[in-house]
Amino acid sequence: MSYRAIVIGGSAGGVKALAAILPALPEDFALPVLVVQHLHAGDDGSFARHLARTARIPVIEPCDKEQIERGRVYAAPANYHMLVEAEGSIALSVDNRVNWSRPSIDVLFESAARAWGEAVVAVILSGANTDGARGMNAIKRAGGLTIAQDPASAESPVMPQAAIDAGSVDEVLEPEAITQRLVEIGKER
Amino acid sequence: MKDSEIQNIEIDLLLESVYRRWGYDFRSYARASIDRRVKQFLSGTGCASIAEMIPTVLRDGEFFSRLARYFSISVTEMFRDPSVYLAVRQKVVPLLKTWPHFKVWHAGCATGEEVYSLAIVLKEEGVYDRATIYATDFNDEALECASEGVYEIEKIREATRNYQQAGGKASFSEYYHARYDAAAIDSALKQRIVFSSHNLASDAAFGEMHLVFCRNVLIYFNRDLQNRALGLFTESLVHGGFLCLGTKEDIRFTNANGRYEVVDENARIYKKKDVP
Repeated sequence: MSYRAIVIGGSAGGVKALAAILPALPEDFALPVLVVQHLHAGDDGSFARHLARTARIPVIEPCDKEQIERGRVYAAPANYHMLVEAEGSIALSVDNRVNWSRPSIDVLFESAARAWGEAVVAVILSGANTDGARGMNAIKRAGGLTIAQDPASAESPVMPQAAIDAGSVDEVLEPEAITQRLVEIGKER
Repeated sequence: MKDSEIQNIEIDLLLESVYRRWGYDFRSYARASIDRRVKQFLSGTGCASIAEMIPTVLRDGEFFSRLARYFSISVTEMFRDPSVYLAVRQKVVPLLKTWPHFKVWHAGCATGEEVYSLAIVLKEEGVYDRATIYATDFNDEALECASEGVYEIEKIREATRNYQQAGGKASFSEYYHARYDAAAIDSALKQRIVFSSHNLASDAAFGEMHLVFCRNVLIYFNRDLQNRALGLFTESLVHGGFLCLGTKEDIRFTNANGRYEVVDENARIYKKKDVP
């Protein structure tokens, strides 16, 4: 399978998992990575800057309509939902919170399922709520690959567990194994 | 054909029906958000598919109104992005002061929270009485909320912190009257505000503005409609007039790039260049 994008969602404990995964992605990583991490609404981009310090590929807090390019991480800005347009650009919205969250993982994942169908890999990380469960389901139904962080390795197991319980997860992996898997997938093009 | 591709056709047909029957053009809206809203709306209708809504939308005005309301939901809060209001205070107001009278167009004001936020800034900077603020939206219901200026007390209290971070000079509670669980905006803030209906997708420019405020509206438009709206703003602004967009709306991705100079990059405040 030749994938076109990776989407990752995290909440409580998600930053820690992301800090293990993102720095391992090599400079020639062949896919774009879109990340929704639940943030405080007042975050002024410090989350993206934090990720950028350790990542080997550029980490961007995108503007609306920004073209999505391979080998970049797009971190959803605080207080906006981040979606994907079918033609391959970022769309932001200030619609109501979904699962009390903005950005919401479901919103990103559902739009990714629509834009990329089977050609998307979704990863759900540590978190204390159930945002992302519907989105994982949408990606699974579209034929994409779904990965959950092993709840035993998560600071907050609720979020990956919810996706697993819903039968939407193909692979359950620890952060290290997730990293390896993504690096492999990113070589495949 | 995949199910998602079929749904895509259905949404095209729905939007086309809405446009030709009711004159509201959502065909140029950012598709990802419209998709989401159509599907959410569908789940509350009892229709089995998007296509099934089309006969009803063509004949039932009430059904159409509900759908249109769904398309135009907008969510905001007072002093959203406090740093923007601080930048307006520090970098825009000093120039507004050089005009004996000035006009502000708040395009897409939704339920009005940010219009009153701007009014408070102008008041505290001593220029409110020289201003006329045109607050427009195409959603009449939202506009009515805006002109009433009554909000949930909880939301207003939450905005107190924003107000302080925005450089607020007084006590935020001076600007509203709390009644049970509601807060009514002080009527003194309304004196210079004119609320009126305007659709950025179909209506014309209105002129001689010194500041156009349009935040988090363009993100709902596709590139063509964004360019149309920005064209209206450029046409409306006097030379040296200011444009303030949402913090994630980048003018560089639009045709208006080149017509403006940057006043504050992070706050997305631009100034119309003298020579086009």
